[in-house]
Amino acid sequence: MDFSITEEQSALKDVISRFIDNEYDFERRMKIADGDDAFNQEVWNFFVEQGFTAIPFSEQDGGLDGGNIEIMLIMKEIGRGLVLEPFLENIVLAGGILKRLGTVEQKERWLSEIINGEIQATVAFTEPQSRFNLNDIATTAKKQNNQFILNGKKSFVLNGADADLIIIPARTSGSQSDTHGITLFGISKLTDGIIFNTYKTIDGHSATEISITNLEIATDCVIGNVDEGYECLEETIDEATLAICAEAIGIMRSLHDKTVEYSKNRVQFGIPIGGFQALQHRMVDNLMACEQSESLLLWAIMTDQKNKRKSKKAISGLKYQIGTAGKHVGQEAVQLHGGMGISWELDIAHLFKRLSALEILFGNADFHLQRFINLSES
Amino acid sequence: MHTNFTPEEQNFEQEVQTFFKDKYPSDIKRKQDYAIPLIKEDFIRWQKVLFTQGWAAINWPVEYGGTGWSTVQKYIFANEMAKANAPAIVPFGLGMVGPVIYTYGNEEQKQRFLPDIAASNVWWCQGYSEPGSGSDLASLKTRADRDGNEYVLNGTKTWTTLGQMADWIFCLVRTSSDVARKQEGISFILVDMKTAGVSVRPIITIEGDHEVNEVHFEDVRVPLSNLIGEEGKGWTYGKVLLQHERTSIAGVARSEYRLNRLKDKIKNANMTQPSLQNDSNFLRKIAALEIELKALEYTELRTLAAVSVGKAPGPESSLLKIRGTEIQQCLDELFMEAAGYFSLPYVPNQYSLESKEINHVGFGSDSVSSLQYFNNRKASIYGGSNEIQKNIIAKHVLGL
Ligand SMILES: Cc1cc2nc3c(=O)[nH]c(=O)nc-3n(C[C@H](O)[C@H](O)[C@H](O)COP(=O)(O)OP(=O)(O)OC[C@H]3O[C@@H](n4cnc5c(N)ncnc54)[C@H](O)[C@@H]3O)c2cc1C
Repeated sequence: MDFSITEEQSALKDVISRFIDNEYDFERRMKIADGDDAFNQEVWNFFVEQGFTAIPFSEQDGGLDGGNIEIMLIMKEIGRGLVLEPFLENIVLAGGILKRLGTVEQKERWLSEIINGEIQATVAFTEPQSRFNLNDIATTAKKQNNQFILNGKKSFVLNGADADLIIIPARTSGSQSDTHGITLFGISKLTDGIIFNTYKTIDGHSATEISITNLEIATDCVIGNVDEGYECLEETIDEATLAICAEAIGIMRSLHDKTVEYSKNRVQFGIPIGGFQALQHRMVDNLMACEQSESLLLWAIMTDQKNKRKSKKAISGLKYQIGTAGKHVGQEAVQLHGGMGISWELDIAHLFKRLSALEILFGNADFHLQRFINLSES
Repeated sequence: MHTNFTPEEQNFEQEVQTFFKDKYPSDIKRKQDYAIPLIKEDFIRWQKVLFTQGWAAINWPVEYGGTGWSTVQKYIFANEMAKANAPAIVPFGLGMVGPVIYTYGNEEQKQRFLPDIAASNVWWCQGYSEPGSGSDLASLKTRADRDGNEYVLNGTKTWTTLGQMADWIFCLVRTSSDVARKQEGISFILVDMKTAGVSVRPIITIEGDHEVNEVHFEDVRVPLSNLIGEEGKGWTYGKVLLQHERTSIAGVARSEYRLNRLKDKIKNANMTQPSLQNDSNFLRKIAALEIELKALEYTELRTLAAVSVGKAPGPESSLLKIRGTEIQQCLDELFMEAAGYFSLPYVPNQYSLESKEINHVGFGSDSVSSLQYFNNRKASIYGGSNEIQKNIIAKHVLGL
């Protein structure tokens, strides 16, 4: 048994941690969030230069052969710093699909470009009606001669407005909720037939609604086999779920630490409010919530990925924990800050909003608890 | 034992329903239904409609232009108001400073201030909290020093709700530091916001709105005649008002209204997110909330029954505040949960007044759900935080 990280992993953690501390303070983050652009290109370039964007890919694909531990280390810091740059969308989502199913050609055309920062990418994983069900896909792709014709709608496409490559799951056969019959298409943004409705999200990120009308797609844009995209999609989303749980834990710890700190300094009734036992116990509860979440994160990371049922189950268990414990820690941090907790000026409010968005992303607590049950039965 | 209305009360209920049907301005109703923020003129126009009907000063005695309603009538009115989804009366004038003035003010003050409060001609705000004095309000430091026939005010008030719209502010200020208990030496003073030396700085809250402010006083000169009651007794006056605030903060009828809207949303979810309709996990949460709300409704009725036989709302009002705000916040959570991804777009002005068109991101007023959820975290913080309410119950009810 060994929970320690390697020297390389520790060095990676130091680099990003130092970057957050020295160059991505709250003030800069808010400037980026309030600006017109969805993220800051210079910061993204730094991620590329440091090799963060190459981490989870094999050497053969031009990557660094990293895995979930490295992703976890990065995502926790991304959480702590409320980083807006699209690491999740490019590297974990789009990169996740391509590394699993991309042909050599597609990897050269897209994955290498993602790694070296030349293009932006994302995956359109949800539709207006589908809620958290990845297999609920009404967008259709009909084969016609040498191409596919796509029609449908995709919701909440993160990084969608900036993405040069959007990976779109569409239905090539079966009925709306079948897992079989889903095909993954790599689509360039400049194509005719797509309308974007872009907006900022409550956590300072940005997303877009996409309407697709008679979009023509060449067959070499199919990623993987026709009708067989679901497994890869689900695995990728699971990996992304793991990643955002690490991000959430980074946020939870930050909220917790800042609350304890605040309670030592804020004086009411002649003593620091941290002196009131009613509040002490609640901060202890928050600490326990953080530790329990961390433990589940490590459980999910160390669960043998080859045992798919087990690893899916662990990830759902973790996401349930984040959805419940995360909500608790977030609400408590705000409450214990009093009025300051809901003022825009303080980072507490923004940490809380990002944490709240992460609770929903890729399925809320209810959804994952149910999935956990289903996976236990089968 | 029963909770039926008498025939007279039933008639009154009818009358109130008709009033809301006929007199509640449809453009304001539309804003309310679509969660479009109201502007100052909307509030004032609506409150003037109530005033014309004689129903603005709900709690006031008849002699000052109040309704003179029984507790049950007030209850009926609050219910119908919530069912109509009409804007709540802005509390600072009619609900807060008005009662303090008619209870503790002198004749001249009553005549000078009450008519304009009743008619919503003057907008008031509440200057209690300070940067260093929130829960521990009695530690407040804003000073009012006598100088001839004037007080000179110096200090900072904060979290002042809608202070940017206000004409007047009622303040708790320190008129003496030479006291045995910090609650002594506090006075209740009215200040015209136009007086030289008063400045207002906006505080933006978590969801991005400008709802609260910091109000600075720098050598602000106020006539001695703006003191309410006795110098040094302000704490007592201010506390009476807080207890009133706590009962009205429970918002049972509004929560009931919102619960029904949530159920409608689920009923109609086949158009949008069909899986919600059979989501037993979610339906159980709604049911549990409904039960909790029913309990609170009866707790409130029991309090009302006690008040109607002459007892003042005591520390039990803290119970209503705690559970009432917890239920409101739980409703906020459920709306956001129902909305799922559609709660996440940040579209503060998603509806325009001109068109009924929804800026296409999701269904209903869904992206409003997160803004409401974030903003309403305030409910367990203001009006005396829920922790402070529990301290009050522990001390005054449990005797600990
Ligand atoms: C949106 C909003 C609108 C407001 N509007 C107004 C207004 O119009 N006018 C006005 O005067 N004020 C207003 N307030 C101020 C409000 O009344 C205060 O925020 C509230 O009293 C809490 O004070 P605080 O924010 O300084 O928190 P603090 O007093 O610093 O409290 C911080 C935390 O410590 C807890 N705590 C403090 N003391 C104890 C204790 N003894 N035991 C256990 N826990 C304790 C609190 O419950 C809270 O969780 C408003 C506040 C908000 C958020």
